[in-house]
Amino acid sequence: MKAPETMREKWIIKEEVERIAQLAHIELTEEEKEVFTEQFNRILEFFRKIDEVDTRSIPPMYHVLDIVNVYREDEVGETLPKEGVLENAPKKEEQFFKSPKIV
Amino acid sequence: MESIEESVKIGLEVHTQLTSLKTKLFCNCPSDYRGREPNTLVCPVCLGLPGSLPVLNKKAVKYAIMAALALNCQISEEMIFFRKNYYYPDLPKNFQITQYDRAGGAPLAVNGYLYIEDQGYRKKIRISRVHLEEDPGRLVHVGPIDQSPYTLVDYNRSGVALLEIVTEPDLKSPKEARIFLQKLRNILEHLGIFDGSLEGSMRCDANISLAGGTRVEIKNITSFKEVERALNFEIIRQKGLVEKGITVKRETRHWDEIRRITVSLRTKEEEQDYRYFPEMDLAPILISKSFIEEVKAEMPELPEERIERFMKMYGLPKYDAEVLVSSKSLADFFEECIKLHDKPKEISNWMMSDLLRYLYENNIELYESKITPQKLVDMIRLIEEGVISGKIAKKILPEIIVSGKEPREIVKEKGLIKIMDEDLLNKLADEVFAENQKAVRDALIDDKAIHYLIGQLMRLTKGKADPNIANKIIREKIQKIREKELRKNA
Ligand SMILES: [Zn+2]
Repeated sequence: MKAPETMREKWIIKEEVERIAQLAHIELTEEEKEVFTEQFNRILEFFRKIDEVDTRSIPPMYHVLDIVNVYREDEVGETLPKEGVLENAPKKEEQFFKSPKIV
Repeated sequence: MESIEESVKIGLEVHTQLTSLKTKLFCNCPSDYRGREPNTLVCPVCLGLPGSLPVLNKKAVKYAIMAALALNCQISEEMIFFRKNYYYPDLPKNFQITQYDRAGGAPLAVNGYLYIEDQGYRKKIRISRVHLEEDPGRLVHVGPIDQSPYTLVDYNRSGVALLEIVTEPDLKSPKEARIFLQKLRNILEHLGIFDGSLEGSMRCDANISLAGGTRVEIKNITSFKEVERALNFEIIRQKGLVEKGITVKRETRHWDEIRRITVSLRTKEEEQDYRYFPEMDLAPILISKSFIEEVKAEMPELPEERIERFMKMYGLPKYDAEVLVSSKSLADFFEECIKLHDKPKEISNWMMSDLLRYLYENNIELYESKITPQKLVDMIRLIEEGVISGKIAKKILPEIIVSGKEPREIVKEKGLIKIMDEDLLNKLADEVFAENQKAVRDALIDDKAIHYLIGQLMRLTKGKADPNIANKIIREKIQKIREKELRKNA
């Protein structure tokens, strides 16, 4: 975080929304950036509420169910039928998925 | 002051597939994707379809613990998987399931080490962590990567179990990096969890820094043969910059195997932020002491133990045992030979000298050659049976290595069978004597000249004359001349 909580008016500024959009490979209009900045701040405001609870003595929880060690054996199972695999692909070529160029 | 070369610090991040597993890390799809039709070994989990749930392969954890133990690591009591987020078509989910050492995450194992040896000195390379993660899919480009109009994706590899092994920057040269990788490969192969001969089964990233510069990361080193090359290039590049007074900037570079150069991959602005967070679809894994003990009990023989055994069982000198156990395929080859023919010393000699030299000089590995234990043993038997001389064996060995032809066939085809016919050799010796009259006179008083004549007879028979018989015949003939001379003078 860039500044102590009390000194920050907003949790997130427009530049950070732009950075997040860039990481997510999506383009936002100026209006959308404004809307998302506002919405992100509202979401983070909720977390401020949660932060009020003192959790220092509680170990972090990594899973909502009280289960550990869920394993399977190394045995080959069913794969998808060849025709089914590409059924939902917006673009394909032969037996490949097709994606925009990457560099 | 230390030189630039002495200031080199290299750390490696190695990714090895757990090739002995039958299935992927989080689903039941077969993991032997090589040479298979694209996108035929996939399911909702490894395609990242909504609603699918990953379930961890128990054997993968067992194998990873084996590796961690062999690398002298401390194994975590609890291990958690994380999502590493980035958008790239090789990841169908837009995140990779991996492990993380921050944000409360614990990788499978930490704080290990491995000793490497180079020219007689031993050096400790610290291993910071070992963890499990999934392999991304395979991208196919149409032509060169930067000119491809689009990218084709095959998810058969997506979800295959990878072991990530990260070292501290304790390596001081590209050569040490190669030695480290070879040693690592040897250990993983002896554990029976990895086969380094499979294409793309071991990849690595390296970070390297020189005095007066910052850390540069090199990605896309696709085999351990390439690692030395990539690092050597990078040292020359960085040294050049330092000498010109230009600061080496912190960046990620890509090893271009074809052009054999590193190219800048990302600038600071394009730097990724992986936004790691726990993978809620996978329950935490508690690794109990008893599970570790169970794995320990099943640990196969490791290279160091095998070297000891080779010395004891086969009476080999330490150096020979170390060379033979420097790779699992070599050590297995040796022991296969012994099963067929119980002559450890002979077999070791042939492997250590001619076989290894040929492989080394031609930069190929044993598995890339056509020789088999049976063929090497057949060749040695031909010598023992007196069919060929050792000299001829040395000549035909490269052909066995390259073509895989039966030694007996090669000998027959090329007419290389040893000439043991004394009458024939006598006749040929007469020819040698007629053509080398001066040498014959010298031979009466000089042993060197006798050797010369034997050499000429061997040459005339293209090395096929039995050396013992050739030696005997030449000496007898000289002796006869001496006696004749004596009688004449008497
Ligand atoms: Zn699958």
